[in-house]
Amino acid sequence: MTEGQDAPAIEVSGLTKVFDGRKVVDGFDMSVPRGAIYGFLGPNGSGKTTTIRMMCGLLTPDGGSGTCLGYDIHREAGEIKRRVGYMTQRFSLYEDLTIRENLDFMARMYGLPHRKEKVSRALEDLGLANRSGQLAGTLSGGWKQRLSLAACMIHTPQLLLLDEPTAGVDPKARRDFWDEIRRLSAKGVTVLVSTHYMDEAVQCDFIAYIAYGKKLISGPSRDIPGMVGLTTWRVTGEALGPLEAKLRAEPDVAQIARFGDALHVSGTDKAALDRLATRYEAEGPQKWVEREAGLEDAFIYLMTGSEDNFGLKGAA
Amino acid sequence: MKLFSFARFAAVLVKEFIQMRRDRVTFAMMIGVPVMQLLLFGYAINTDPHNLPTLVEMADEGPVTRAILMGMETSDFFDFQGVVTSQADGDRALRDGTANFVVVIPPGFERDVVRGLRPTILLAADASDPVAASGAVGAIRGIVDTAMTESLTGPLAYAAQTAPPVDVTVHRQFNPEGVTAINIVPGLLAVILSMTMVMITAVAIVREVEKGTMEALIATPVRPLEVMLGKIIPYVVVGYVQTALFLVAAGTLFGVPFIGSPVAFFAGFNLYILVNLAIGFLVSTVARSQMQALQLSFFTILPTILLSGFMFPFAAMPAWAQTLGTAIPATHFLRLTRKVMLKGATLADVAGNMVAISIIMVVVIFIALKRYRGTLD
Ligand SMILES: Nc1ncnc2c1ncn2[C@@H]1O[C@H](COP(=O)(O)OP(=O)(O)O)[C@@H](O)[C@H]1O
Ligand SMILES: [Mg+2]
Repeated sequence: MTEGQDAPAIEVSGLTKVFDGRKVVDGFDMSVPRGAIYGFLGPNGSGKTTTIRMMCGLLTPDGGSGTCLGYDIHREAGEIKRRVGYMTQRFSLYEDLTIRENLDFMARMYGLPHRKEKVSRALEDLGLANRSGQLAGTLSGGWKQRLSLAACMIHTPQLLLLDEPTAGVDPKARRDFWDEIRRLSAKGVTVLVSTHYMDEAVQCDFIAYIAYGKKLISGPSRDIPGMVGLTTWRVTGEALGPLEAKLRAEPDVAQIARFGDALHVSGTDKAALDRLATRYEAEGPQKWVEREAGLEDAFIYLMTGSEDNFGLKGAA
Repeated sequence: MKLFSFARFAAVLVKEFIQMRRDRVTFAMMIGVPVMQLLLFGYAINTDPHNLPTLVEMADEGPVTRAILMGMETSDFFDFQGVVTSQADGDRALRDGTANFVVVIPPGFERDVVRGLRPTILLAADASDPVAASGAVGAIRGIVDTAMTESLTGPLAYAAQTAPPVDVTVHRQFNPEGVTAINIVPGLLAVILSMTMVMITAVAIVREVEKGTMEALIATPVRPLEVMLGKIIPYVVVGYVQTALFLVAAGTLFGVPFIGSPVAFFAGFNLYILVNLAIGFLVSTVARSQMQALQLSFFTILPTILLSGFMFPFAAMPAWAQTLGTAIPATHFLRLTRKVMLKGATLADVAGNMVAISIIMVVVIFIALKRYRGTLD
């Protein structure tokens, strides 16, 4: 360890990656505090995987610098690899090896002492001890995910990089998976997790949002709605469908989202939106109440808007 | 960080062996394809074809001629189909394959025999398939001699004493060098090894990339050299098995001799395996999918078959093809094998071939390592 325990687990600045003349990641900065669950959000193709790969030495950045667990991402990839668990977006264990063989192989790659016991314990923790001779390729999606997590945890890393770990997994398995992530976090493991599920994003302590290779916003989750600067009105009552259609034509309305029996109508221009709310409320029959924009509103806004995102106030 | 960890290398090796064992189809192919090829080629070699269609161009006729033709017919190699009246007719029959041989009895043949002038019989052979022609061509001399001794009795016996009373000229058409059967089998080893080594190495590496397992693998502290060696060495073992099978089959089934130095063979053969693995590795750095890896491997195998001297006699190829052929490892290994197995060469005799293979290997490894990095970009 070259820095103290308070130093960030990940600290990168200006990370840039060019593929075929296109800047896939462009001047990316990020600081991940130790012990945090850090959510990495962005639409498909925005550069999340590429950024994570640069952080753990799988891709050479074309620009920028940084450290991961205190080690330089350019020069000390070997040290980083030994201390980081990386779960790839695609299932990347060997389908034609058994569950035990996969874990054992990973354990050998890290040169773990007491390998056999560690593998057996991991199998028991997973609840796969009696199926350890089964080929990994025959597992269901949720089990594959859990096995992957166990495999990249086999060397008890201090930092976990999870790239869309729950994509395509059923909701129950996703909840279990997140329970596990929170357990690990409680033990002091730092977790950087990319996702595009909103319900997962709200479980993170910190958030960074990336689009077109550029980071648009980052910070503690509770500060994100404020940074996005949304004003939100909650609308309840009759005939929400026709109202929604009418509101879509209003230039001051940036976003309309359905939450159960209510509509959340949001915009970035507070004065204009307030005027609009007063006017519509007078027309009836719905009831308009102003509310603080929640994380959900902010995320929906981030995920749906694109060009607008570049004009965010307070974007870090 | 350690530059090379034996434990990690061994882990990759073990993993590779397990995967190889579970992939039954590929495993069967690795052993089955060479055996099948050997049997196919060997079968053609071994059958020693008989009753090949033969035409006669007779410019003379008499008891000696009849005796010779009778002898040829009873030898079973030749099956007389008829008579042609001109050389052009005979050539045409050879070219379109209706006849494999044309026997030409020259004008005044009988008279010249009686006078002891040793006239010449011409046997024009379609040697484009040397295997088919070689048995009959090898037998013709004996057949004619026997026919002579049998027919030149009584008052003509004096002619038989001026041995040999008749000359036979064999005119091989379409394949002047007339590669013999024995020549093909050692060459086949070069082709089989190249085919399986290049293809299997390339596919084994590309499969990891394509399936995404390479990403997880190189995210661990494993070093590129450990991955490469661990993945390649199992296939070296496969190459050994193939070669052992091959040598046993070549010797027992087809009677191919092995009269040279086993050390020279072993050294050259290891070098050849290495160069093919390096080519497979190079292919894997270019190919993006297993399909592409297969296609590219095939692309390297065609010149190995066509330009190495396996299929066509090297000396008979045009200059540009010879130049290309010189850059192919199989060309040199094939010469080495033929020299060692058939001509009794020693290590010193094949040094030149080994140097040539080494040069090719250095170039290939240099390019491959330039292309391969321990990252995903
Ligand atoms: N190896 C590569 N070569 C060329 N382009 C790539 C490569 N990897 C990713 N890209 C491109 O970079 C962009 C970002 O990809 P990625 O980082 O996978 O995004 P995300 O993980 O956010 O979906 C995409 O447009 C993708 O096509
Ligand atoms: Mg991705």
